[in-house]
Amino acid sequence: MSFQVIVFYGFATWLIFSALMVISSKNSVKAALFLVLSFVGAAGIWMLLEAEFLAISLVVVYVGAVMVLLLFVVMMLDVDYAALKQGFVKKLPLALLISIGFFLMLYRFIDGSFDSEAYAAPAAKAADYSNIKEIGRVLYTEYVLAFEIAAVILFVAIIAAIALTFRGRRNRKTQNINKQLQANKENRLKIVKMDPVVKDTSSSESEEK
Amino acid sequence: MIGLSDYLILSAIIFAISVAGIIINRKNVITLLMCIELMLLAVNTNFIAFSHYLENIVGQVFVFFILTVAAAEAAIGLAIVVVLFRNRATIDVEKLNQLKG
Repeated sequence: MSFQVIVFYGFATWLIFSALMVISSKNSVKAALFLVLSFVGAAGIWMLLEAEFLAISLVVVYVGAVMVLLLFVVMMLDVDYAALKQGFVKKLPLALLISIGFFLMLYRFIDGSFDSEAYAAPAAKAADYSNIKEIGRVLYTEYVLAFEIAAVILFVAIIAAIALTFRGRRNRKTQNINKQLQANKENRLKIVKMDPVVKDTSSSESEEK
Repeated sequence: MIGLSDYLILSAIIFAISVAGIIINRKNVITLLMCIELMLLAVNTNFIAFSHYLENIVGQVFVFFILTVAAAEAAIGLAIVVVLFRNRATIDVEKLNQLKG
């Protein structure tokens, strides 16, 4: 057994075990943590497939950002997860039936069609071959429009997430532009007409002396 | 030696597990989101395996875009879950029958 085979089966076992734990653990926090574990296992598999940039970005983006967001939400919501888990045993036979049927269908398709003769392992790359350089070259030339659209999708996601969860404060002291523009001279300045009043000061001055 | 079919079978197993997870955890929205993430992971592994064995970098570029869209989807999905919990105090899918669909 070569080193590659050991690494592959190690990561594959890790990935399958943690995926099983994700769907079967009672506590959602635990499930999210096992999802993190399965992402790390998948990053190992991707590294074995010489997709270094994607493996690292999976760890950075998913383990670092998306899963932290998921954990925040799981911990923020005060939900009785045990109640949501009811009927686990009842649904298990159906789930096993469907997933095993699904897997057998995929297996029938995969088995024999993609063996080593048809798809030989590619020759090892040169030492100065850079995966990220190759991706960047394709991404910024042929797929630059898709890249821009991906940026727009992320921007829309930011705005949508903020707009959905934002609760404005009451009694905010913000300006009302509409009211400000409608204001005219009568609202601001009031001219009061009154008679001139002349005080007689001569008597009081003499008293003080 | 590890062939292409080994990677494909691995991702088929992950996909089947996440299908089972969606059926088992039909009530909990958060676990459903997690199962969808697992499905995307299986699909991405397929893409990268084919990209490696066909020596075509475009598969990896596609995975890059899938990761982008999946991150956006997770963010919006979690925002919807938060709003849902704020309004209904539950994330049970079976109690979300307001629209009578």
